Amino acid sequence: MQSKKERERLGREKLTNIIETCKTVEQRSLDPFLVDINDNINQIKEFFPEWTVPDDLCLDAETIHHLASVVKLQGEWVKHRSTSLYTDPFILEEKLKQMPTEEIVETFAQAWHPVIEFEQISLHSLTEAVRYWRNLLPISERWKEVPPTEVDVGFATREELVQQKILRDKAFSEELESFWQTLKKNVNEKGENGKIHYWNFVGAETYEETVQRAFMTSFLVTYGYATLEIHPLEEEIFVKPNEEPDVKVSKKQLVSVPIAVSAEDWLKWKKGAR
Amino acid sequence: MSKRKAIYASKLKRATHLLFYKRHKKPGVKGWELRKALGSDYTKVLKIMDDYLKALDLQVKTVFEDEKNIEKPSLEQLDKARFYVTLRGELTPKEAKMVGWRIDDLAGLATTISYIISKKGKATRKEVEDLLRDKLPGWKVSLNIDRYIRYGYLTQDESEQLYLDWRTRAEVDQSKLVDLLLKTETQNT
Repeated sequence: MQSKKERERLGREKLTNIIETCKTVEQRSLDPFLVDINDNINQIKEFFPEWTVPDDLCLDAETIHHLASVVKLQGEWVKHRSTSLYTDPFILEEKLKQMPTEEIVETFAQAWHPVIEFEQISLHSLTEAVRYWRNLLPISERWKEVPPTEVDVGFATREELVQQKILRDKAFSEELESFWQTLKKNVNEKGENGKIHYWNFVGAETYEETVQRAFMTSFLVTYGYATLEIHPLEEEIFVKPNEEPDVKVSKKQLVSVPIAVSAEDWLKWKKGAR
Repeated sequence: MSKRKAIYASKLKRATHLLFYKRHKKPGVKGWELRKALGSDYTKVLKIMDDYLKALDLQVKTVFEDEKNIEKPSLEQLDKARFYVTLRGELTPKEAKMVGWRIDDLAGLATTISYIISKKGKATRKEVEDLLRDKLPGWKVSLNIDRYIRYGYLTQDESEQLYLDWRTRAEVDQSKLVDLLLKTETQNT
């Protein structure tokens, strides 16, 4: 008598084999009738009572899905065979090999009706082209070599570099710290239970500023300054500032939470906020 | 000439320009483009044009989006269809040589198309290459398939499966080709 574990292992193997066979038929355009649907269904039925964990149930569902695809292919196969276009590929291949080239062309010419297409210049397009040509500058003028301009070498001030966005006004860590303080302040003023609705915190007067705030918030969460509280059923996200930066968070395996901050979402929030 | 006749004569000219001259990368005109240029009665204009073309052994060919021949198409189906002017009758093999194809390239095309039809509209490139290699020199086989793809007779997906493309649908009477090939087989055996 097989143990339960042994039967489960055997069952998984059988289901995986069925999936592989179905995939081969689907991908390589093999005859779908090579798969015995009834036999496979019986096997799936036989092992179904053994499955208790979600992974096994998923495997069971996947097997059914692949068998359904094969049944669909069988349907298409029957449909194709019943049409006038059906001819056995093997017979056709043999016949084409035996036919001389001239005969193939002769046969094809009877079923070939080439598309007629003209390519001809009109007086109108010719006039347009002449006008364009007249206005076109000579190539020596269009592709003039631009002499390198002399640039005075000098020193740029820190302010100038900040203005040109080469340097930042504050170090990133300083900026993050000050944004953390802003979050805490916002929670105290507008939040509830020590947290604030994501959009109420991130949302700003302009879309650019909103994106910037969303960007900074993502770093607050990654570096342990804040946590995200997600309520999937209500589709609500809250930002909760930590009292102290949680250093352990960044060492744990992180989970990415994509949050779309589209212009439409921002407009919707802005209308709602007003 | 009555006013109505004059309107149709002008629409006929416009339709001729649209259908004969290539406006996009592909020849032919979409139904909605014709409706925009000729008005909602464009199918009537095309019917008149088709009658004119009969004497020249040409025809207006409609290729529907889902590739099937529809007896009574809806306005939406016509809008999405593509219209071409094609040869109505048949080319003699001698004439076929005159349209810019070498005889073995044309035979290769015929072989490829009929083989793909027999394989329910798709076949792997390798299968087709093996079939063509029987009569074409090895170095030419892949080049020819690329050429058939470039002309729009075939299309290929990322897993190197070949399918029939827009030009085959517009130019080749697929069921007739299969019928003729089957008849040839009967004659040979």
